[in-house]
Amino acid sequence: MTRPVAVVAFAQAASVRREDRRNEVEMLMPVVRDALGECGLTRADIGFFVSGSSDYLAGASFAFVHALDAVGAWPPIEESHVEMDGAWALYEAWVRLQLGDVDTALVYAFGKSSPGPLRELLALQLDPYLMAPLWPDAVSLAALQARMLLDSERVTEPDMAEVVARSRRNALGNPNAQLRGETAVEALLAEPYLVSPLRRHDCPPISDGAAVVVLAAGERTLRLSARPAWITGIDHRIEVHALGARDLTESPSTALAAKRAGVFEGHVDVAELHAPFSHQELILRDALQLDGHTTVNPSGGALAANPMMVAGLIRIGEAARRVMDGAASRAVAHATSGPCLQQNLVCVLEASGNRSDGERGNA
Amino acid sequence: MPERCAVIGVGQTRHASKRIDVSIAGLVREAALAALADAGLGWADVDAVVIGKAPDMFEGVMMPELYLADALGSAGKPMLRVHTAGSVGGSTAIVAARLIMAGVHRRVLTVAFEKQSDSDAMWALTVRTPFQLPVVAGAGGYFAPIVRSYIERSGAPADVGIQVAVKDRLNALRNPHAHLRLADISANKVAESPMLWDPIRYLECCPSSDGACAMVLAAEDALTSPAAPPAWVVGTAMRSEPTMFAGRDEVNPLAGRECAADLYRQAGIRHPRREIDVAEVYVPFSWFEPMWMENLGFAAENDGWRMTVSGATAIDGDLPVNPSGGVLSSNPIGASGMLRFAEAAMQVRSQAGEHQIDGARTALGHAYGGGSQFFSMWLVSDRRP
Repeated sequence: MTRPVAVVAFAQAASVRREDRRNEVEMLMPVVRDALGECGLTRADIGFFVSGSSDYLAGASFAFVHALDAVGAWPPIEESHVEMDGAWALYEAWVRLQLGDVDTALVYAFGKSSPGPLRELLALQLDPYLMAPLWPDAVSLAALQARMLLDSERVTEPDMAEVVARSRRNALGNPNAQLRGETAVEALLAEPYLVSPLRRHDCPPISDGAAVVVLAAGERTLRLSARPAWITGIDHRIEVHALGARDLTESPSTALAAKRAGVFEGHVDVAELHAPFSHQELILRDALQLDGHTTVNPSGGALAANPMMVAGLIRIGEAARRVMDGAASRAVAHATSGPCLQQNLVCVLEASGNRSDGERGNA
Repeated sequence: MPERCAVIGVGQTRHASKRIDVSIAGLVREAALAALADAGLGWADVDAVVIGKAPDMFEGVMMPELYLADALGSAGKPMLRVHTAGSVGGSTAIVAARLIMAGVHRRVLTVAFEKQSDSDAMWALTVRTPFQLPVVAGAGGYFAPIVRSYIERSGAPADVGIQVAVKDRLNALRNPHAHLRLADISANKVAESPMLWDPIRYLECCPSSDGACAMVLAAEDALTSPAAPPAWVVGTAMRSEPTMFAGRDEVNPLAGRECAADLYRQAGIRHPRREIDVAEVYVPFSWFEPMWMENLGFAAENDGWRMTVSGATAIDGDLPVNPSGGVLSSNPIGASGMLRFAEAAMQVRSQAGEHQIDGARTALGHAYGGGSQFFSMWLVSDRRP
């Protein structure tokens, strides 16, 4: 028996290329305030706190320790941290709420990519003996994946450009996005390659950002939000690390997580996919079996703003927002981590709280 | 009602200054295979993997769980990576246990490691970032003033730290996995060792180790037939407080006291000193034993040192503390907390060999981290809750 848990608030900082006036705590504090304000809670009402971040972005060990000041851990709080995207912090919070003794959780994520050379930095995620010493940078690895996908003849470069054009266009309606605008596919295809077959616009912007999601369970939920976004399924899976051992043109871990989360049990109105590179959205749409009837990345997605360690949590927040504002009754959020979509999380959010009978929670 | 959770497999590596015989993957695999063998299970029997370690800069690998997915048989499974500073080994086990208690999985493999020889922890702890107070002198430099403060306010005799250092190293001689095996340890030797951060001497410090620890946790209906009886998890608790603010009690942090109180409440423990049979407590510098005895409610404030002096915390005392030799004898930082949790489970499963405490039925595993601000604890019992 799964205890119904819902998103009752979501807030984010506007993603920017370089936040050089505020540190992570200063970026987070107004976001925490906004999220708590949305559901009418104070910090003292929260039963569990959990965050996602990476020391390597901050360039210092224990970066999350300082970030604790953003939620004000006094008197002492029950708190945890994953060295992962905040989407996995949300997963830990969802598990914690299942135990039944706390009803609210605040999930936060933060990441400033601007201080370091992100593209090269991500090479340190690779096998430290066989891969990292060669410094294959993140864009080059994604380009290998894109090349394999094009060679499979399932997609074309115009398909990729269409993803970019739609993402930038959708981002026009998102005040927190970093890149937005009307662009023609032909104009995009006329741009030079950055790392063939990827052009600069096929790659995510480098972003500094922060986000907060508040989860609630139990009777309290409907007092915190008139229309909460119920998490009716959540699952995550990882694939082997060795790139040569994977078929990079598919995402079996996304497909498996989606199946376990119940994605295929109903129509998906909106999908927020964490696809940092344009071709990765095409791989993910395939794995999630999304057709033309699903609105993909109405926020603009990671091609419009990609704060590391935050962008996955933002996808859950954006998908939840569509459910909470009535634009969607069933939405899917996805988060990814690691090179070439190695690890993936899928979350189904619904206006109705029960995946099997669709009866409860429909306020 | 949460589901019941039990430890059905425990494994750890040989801990040493430099395990150059294995890669990071080889190190975690050594612990994981030992835990699986103890549980009588194979990789395919595991539903999910939860891994923890201290800062990534200790090995220079960013989010190493991505690379370790292959070695830990995680492909196609959920894998979580926990990082809560020095308490991480304990928090990782708690996150894993809660996956069982929440009914999400039936069997979870949890692993924690550190390969400290790949870098210099002192350096990794001392990076200077804008607008933040640098630690400058590593953990010892940070904690020495706190220890001095404890000595001042408790009136403890000056040699209590020396007594703890000798006791834990003698205990380590009974533990085949221990890193430090100092057969000629004595109070004189500790007293004469160099003063590093007054009042902390060289031999009152934990070593820097390469090592890993792993456990297999299972739901009640997935116990199979482990080599030893299960250790039931009867309580789990985590608490955090900020690093510094005026008036914070760093000697006896409120987060630790509230964490212990929550733990005892869950397990129905009213008199911890009487009802807990053995404790594996995170003591990286010897003076932390008496300090944590007070923080954990085993002794009244300022009286913790009396437990050390009276022999209560010795292996034949009424509350043996760190019969394994503790962090003072093996310290692969990210794994040190999980080793405390695992050693507690070994005690109630009667698996501890020469450092087994007779009649140990309820055992405490404790870890702390950051500036004495992150706490994780669990209680395990041979009795099903």
